[in-house]
Amino acid sequence: MSTTPEFREHRYVLNMGPQHPSTHGVLRVILEMEGEYVMDPQPVLGYGHRMHEKMAESRSWPGFLPNAARMDYLASLIYNHGYVGVVERLAGIEATPRAEYIRVITSELNRLQSHLLWLGVLVLDLGAFTPIMYTFEDREKILDILEDVTGSRLTYCYMRVGGVVRDIDDKFIERTREYIKWQRSRMPMYDKLVTGNIIFRKRVEGIGEFTPDLARRYGLTGPVLRGTGVAYDIRRAEPYSVYPDFDFEIPTETGGDCLAAYLVRVREIEQSLRILEQALDRLPEGPFLAKVPKKIKLPAGDATYAVESPRGELVYHLTADGSEVPYRMKIRVPSFSNLSILPEVCRGMLLSDLCACMGSLDLVIPEIDR
Amino acid sequence: MKDYFAQIFTGGKSLLVGMMITLREFFRPVVTVQYPRERLPISPNYRGHTILVRDEEKPEKHRCISCKMCERECPSGCIGLQGEKREGVKGLVLVRYRLDFTKCSLCGTCVEVCPTDALDYSNEYRHVGFRREDFHYDLLAMVEEQK
Ligand code: SF4
Ligand code: SF4
Repeated sequence: MSTTPEFREHRYVLNMGPQHPSTHGVLRVILEMEGEYVMDPQPVLGYGHRMHEKMAESRSWPGFLPNAARMDYLASLIYNHGYVGVVERLAGIEATPRAEYIRVITSELNRLQSHLLWLGVLVLDLGAFTPIMYTFEDREKILDILEDVTGSRLTYCYMRVGGVVRDIDDKFIERTREYIKWQRSRMPMYDKLVTGNIIFRKRVEGIGEFTPDLARRYGLTGPVLRGTGVAYDIRRAEPYSVYPDFDFEIPTETGGDCLAAYLVRVREIEQSLRILEQALDRLPEGPFLAKVPKKIKLPAGDATYAVESPRGELVYHLTADGSEVPYRMKIRVPSFSNLSILPEVCRGMLLSDLCACMGSLDLVIPEIDR
Repeated sequence: MKDYFAQIFTGGKSLLVGMMITLREFFRPVVTVQYPRERLPISPNYRGHTILVRDEEKPEKHRCISCKMCERECPSGCIGLQGEKREGVKGLVLVRYRLDFTKCSLCGTCVEVCPTDALDYSNEYRHVGFRREDFHYDLLAMVEEQK
């Protein structure tokens, strides 16, 4: 593309969002265009800002539990897990072994449903309507399983310091096993329908240039980073909960484009199924909630707890001054850093490729505007 | 030239494979439910808005002792309740229990802190209203209406 002065005259500004179907939320991107080419995309944030961090500082710590689920509506349980994890670490409480297993099982189910939704929606952004119907059929099965144990379908408030609210029963285990079998049987179909589809491949292959260096500069994590060949996953890099007990792979690809991010996510589905299987087999007996004092004062000091969300590294950093109310809470969300690469990576792209690129980043806007 | 035809061939083949999959879908059972006309059974563990549990053994038909624990612990501040001293009755008698469901986050804190297990979740998920006040539920009236 030439950007000589006379061409600059043809530049115009296009406003994408805040109500655009392929931004999946209230994200606005101001695009400086030259014809069909995006010359300068600038994301504008804050349309759904709810001050979650401030809210954490203005109420006693248990009051933040429902908030934790509402930042990333697709990974509520993983956000729950991170929050109870940081409080436990600070207060020196340990959850029971059974509770840790239940946390891992429910978190992985949550990750699966997030990946399934992403798969459907990415392809939908690229113009194919059918696959989202199939992924929703699968996802519905997970939501039904989780609804039965947590009581809600999207914004779960299931984990507590010391354990979880409700124990899982044989019915849950049986349904989850059935689901694992079902999901395995579906993957070859997605392979043929989406991965092998020539139009899909042409739309994502070679689009976006993600490199480890770029990732380091912007703090890019998650499947997009693993698509550049870096096997960085918090579940391995800084193991938390009972993840070290399980045998699973961290899928990586070397393409560094949207297709690589796509392939990593699809392969992660299989790995999550493997973790689920092992966790169900080894589920220990015992209480699902540890005996914890009714009122827990947070000791002065700070603690950090990182978890792997479907979109990358999620970190809670909690500072307390000895009272029940946190002094400061910092939440590092993956989508925020992942979005920040947009101006650099998408410069000079076709507008339709920008949609593919944002789709592979799997942005969840309420998480950015937390 | 050869490349050109090879591409058309692979492209056409991948489209046919996709079409076959969607075609197969025609013969599978329908999974969608026509919502207002058909309904799926809802899990008994579903968390709807909170209710006072009906207890026939108690004279007031519920177990609340108006201790205000739930009101104090609710992170969203959506519970408003009042107890009253009555002649000849030990403790307080609940005269008002209002739940502002517009603010409730269904976190479950109130259900967990209640010392007498007076609260539970309902199974109600169809909340429709035109005004804010339509979602201000009077739990006491609800438990009294129940048979
Ligand atoms: S569920 Fe939570 S937000 Fe709702 S009334 Fe009870 S304590 Fe308040
Ligand atoms: S905590 Fe239970 S007993 Fe106390 S006021 Fe609330 S509902 Fe009534």
